[in-house]
Amino acid sequence: MTEATTLEPQADPHLAGLSGDIVYDETVPARHFWVHKVKKGETLRIVDLEGNQAVDLLIYSDADDAERYSAQDTVAAQGNLFLRQGAILRSNEGRPMMTITDTSVAYHDTIGGACSVESNTLRYGHHTKSQHACVENYLKASLPEARTKRDIVSNINFFMNVPVMEDGSLGIVDGISAAGLTVDLRAEMDVEVMVSNCPQINNPCNGFNPTPVRMIITS
Amino acid sequence: MTQSLGDPKAARAHARAMAGTVVESMPVLPPVADDLPDGVPSEDLLWEETIAPGGYAIRRINRGGRIRLIDLHGDACASFQIFNAEMPTERLNVADTLKVQWTAYLGAGKLLLSDMGRVLMSFLEDDAGTHDCICGTSNEELSSAKYGKGEKAGRYFLNGRDRFLLGVGKHGLGRKDVHPCVNLFKGAKVDDDGTIVPELGPFEAGRTVVLRAEMDLMLVVANCPHVMDPRDEWTVTPLRLTAWRGPVTPEDDPIRNDTPEGLRAFLNVEDYYRR
Repeated sequence: MTEATTLEPQADPHLAGLSGDIVYDETVPARHFWVHKVKKGETLRIVDLEGNQAVDLLIYSDADDAERYSAQDTVAAQGNLFLRQGAILRSNEGRPMMTITDTSVAYHDTIGGACSVESNTLRYGHHTKSQHACVENYLKASLPEARTKRDIVSNINFFMNVPVMEDGSLGIVDGISAAGLTVDLRAEMDVEVMVSNCPQINNPCNGFNPTPVRMIITS
Repeated sequence: MTQSLGDPKAARAHARAMAGTVVESMPVLPPVADDLPDGVPSEDLLWEETIAPGGYAIRRINRGGRIRLIDLHGDACASFQIFNAEMPTERLNVADTLKVQWTAYLGAGKLLLSDMGRVLMSFLEDDAGTHDCICGTSNEELSSAKYGKGEKAGRYFLNGRDRFLLGVGKHGLGRKDVHPCVNLFKGAKVDDDGTIVPELGPFEAGRTVVLRAEMDLMLVVANCPHVMDPRDEWTVTPLRLTAWRGPVTPEDDPIRNDTPEGLRAFLNVEDYYRR
């Protein structure tokens, strides 16, 4: 945790457009997980430092973690599959948890889910079983918080591209993000955010090369 | 109420006089169905129930069991929670279901996958073609905003999440176990720009889906209006369910062998039961 400092946006391009004081600023290494609380009114900025790095993310109400991000409630309420600027990220009880107040990427995915050792065996073959995966990260992040596998639900994949073709074909394809692009999430309630900085190396979601991301919270 | 029920014997007689009442939406015990597929003996019939508008059902179905769903009047919405009965932390994963099959849409020959890389159920037959893994179901907040709480109408406008909570509760599970669901008979297509286009009917009566259980399952089935239903009136019609015993999927099954990803999901199931 860094000391609160007043923003000087010209000093760092990753801070452009942010207001308020920085209350947190850390880099999450490639393949690692990250858990942090964000208070109502604070903004979490995620910076895709090197480009096309999928950031798998779940949100829990800090007061009651049985209330959590719901991809289905979110897309049904907005009538659209993609998460763009202005999207309200809703809970399984229909309440706004966070809002995408700004993003320099056209849209983000919330249908592709998290990679797991088990789904990797289906998608690529049993030879991938020893590889790291997002659900492994999620479990390691969850257990110290007294959460379990039951708490891992359909997530958001920031900086990941999952189009749907006219015939229904769906897949994770080359990304539309780039080095230095960002997404800003304003907390609409006190939340705990859990991230897996995706370690996948079998599809284009990380450009076949997992890289670090930067997490900045402003008050 | 015109009868005098001032003592327990009168109350008992009154209650017992209801025996034999038949309504459209109810379970039939023991199950009777005069329209089982050819070759299915009546002694293999496991379950015959029609779920009311706003109703739900819970059920154990073992590996190889078939479940036939009939949209009796063309406006049912069959929403499912699906668990591995012996290890309910394993459950339906809608993201893996779509991603692993490289598709946004379900239908005949498609699979419902768990979060452990296994196939929970497969679609043996489907003459509906409108199903939805994307939108989820309604909840108390949305339902009361749209339909009201029902005080004036003297009825509750039941929602899918509430039904799921009761259903998982009766399986001994709780709020954290209500997971993203699949809706059968109501569809959702996706445009190029991501716009979700609901396909909600009402459709012709009698559309039918037959699912095969590929593992020993605990099910919760709810029948509530689709979450994106544009109608002002709370509208849903009865859903008929029939289940019978069947053989475990053989190695030469065409659905098992249809895609390399699906085959590996079946191999993972077969490995799980190798004990």
